[in-house]
Amino acid sequence: MATLWNNYRYLFMRRFVQIGLLLLYFGANHWGWNILMGNLSSSSFLGVIPLSDPYAALQMLAAGAILATDLLIGVAIITIFYLLIGGRAFCSWVCPINMITDAAAFTRRFFDIDRNQKRQPATRYMRYWVLVLSLIISAVMGITAFEFISPISMVHRGIVFGLGFGWAAMLIIFLFDLFVLKNGWCGHICPLGGFYSLVGKFSLIKVKHTVENCTACMKCKLVCPEKQVLHMIDKESLPVLSGECTNCARCIEVCDDNALGFSIRELAKNKRTGE
Amino acid sequence: MSENRPKIERKEPLSDRRKFILTMARGVGVTALGGFVWSAFIDEVTASQLLLRPPGAIKEDDFLKTCIKCGLCVEACPFDTLLLAKPGDNKPLGTPYFIPREIPCYMCPDIPCVPVCPTGALDQSSVTTDEKLDINVADMGLAVIDDESCIAFWGIQCDACYRACPLLGEAITVVYEKNERTGKHAFMKPIVHADVCTGCGLCEKACVTEKAAIFVLPREVSMGRAGDYYIKGWDKEDEKRLVNAKEIKTQTRLSEKSAIDSLNDSGDLY
Repeated sequence: MATLWNNYRYLFMRRFVQIGLLLLYFGANHWGWNILMGNLSSSSFLGVIPLSDPYAALQMLAAGAILATDLLIGVAIITIFYLLIGGRAFCSWVCPINMITDAAAFTRRFFDIDRNQKRQPATRYMRYWVLVLSLIISAVMGITAFEFISPISMVHRGIVFGLGFGWAAMLIIFLFDLFVLKNGWCGHICPLGGFYSLVGKFSLIKVKHTVENCTACMKCKLVCPEKQVLHMIDKESLPVLSGECTNCARCIEVCDDNALGFSIRELAKNKRTGE
Repeated sequence: MSENRPKIERKEPLSDRRKFILTMARGVGVTALGGFVWSAFIDEVTASQLLLRPPGAIKEDDFLKTCIKCGLCVEACPFDTLLLAKPGDNKPLGTPYFIPREIPCYMCPDIPCVPVCPTGALDQSSVTTDEKLDINVADMGLAVIDDESCIAFWGIQCDACYRACPLLGEAITVVYEKNERTGKHAFMKPIVHADVCTGCGLCEKACVTEKAAIFVLPREVSMGRAGDYYIKGWDKEDEKRLVNAKEIKTQTRLSEKSAIDSLNDSGDLY
């Protein structure tokens, strides 16, 4: 039991946060709770504090919409929050699509699809292209381009307000990740992930590698959904500085040698320079 | 054997510069491809015009770019009138709307759906008179009557819509007319007044016919526009509409002279 907790503690906590947030939203719509109302695009915390998706606001800005004060406050709160804890913490701790793509990645590993399909024909920079493209389309068409096709919104909005054919979007992402491209949606295409990668560049909480403890078992790279960020494994004691790290902490819990752990950015830097 | 084989010219490996240019070209090309498909899709899914928005909604074009699709208005609505468009509804995804025949807008005096909007897609000032929320100035659409299927136009006495209207006697009035067909009876025809109707849809909900004979449509759909060429005769108010109208003059060979001149200038006819 203790090892189970040790090996899955962050996974358990992430699922708790992800499902808990959805439950709060669901309760707000169905049972009149007023802890967290709305959905992940924009919510009202305790009926007072606005929280808004900064990427959606960016598209609105590109589309030429007038941004209201409540929205700007909400955007500021969310941006500062993710600037502190790591942008893509949204992806692994909040976004409901994460559960779908994690399931696909698990199934890939379980059935050895990864080993059968080694070549990855797409670049992870695609998400930044999609990000730029979404802003261009928003500007040209005067509409929030990604918000009208976002499977993320389809799913969280669907769970709170009624799914419709949203299950098809979930299935498409699952099958795409399972059979077409490993970590396809979250790791290659999703512009929201790309946006939060850029935000996360400057975040305080970082995973840190201690090379002295590393036995080069590479379990961390096996479970990591963004394994390019773990380039320092068995080479150097470095924090994971790339914003593409989702702070999901799977690497920390699979590591049996205490070679990976969370650290505060500045402390990590100081240790490196020996100050 | 090997001597007979034609010599294969080995190409030089690609230079880094060429590789870079090709990779960039591929990126731009794929992005353009995706961009067109994406734009076409967006254009399709946002094309729906027949959709009633919550009270205070700004112009549809602006609404589509301003609404963040959070559903706070839907949660605020005490009658479950408002819905968020789901995949499969064939409506702009995630935006709020209502179907009056199912649940109309009951026009709450405190309009709970509007102040909760974080983005201003539902504009509080448009439903405010004298700094107080006023649902009676809301403009969600306009009720129109199909006089072919409205049984009041057949001569059957029915004033269901008139009675259901929250602006009783103002948005819908009943006019009496002689029924020439029977010669003995009167028609009691409902008439909608566009300047008062809020488009709440209570009339549509109340309509007794199998498919509602009175129904709410967005004003953009249900109303025409006379334009600046026509004014109401003997109406000083309406003339003001033309104060800023611009004259468009077309010059052709025939119109070189004014029409009046061409009639007066008929010297060589006789």
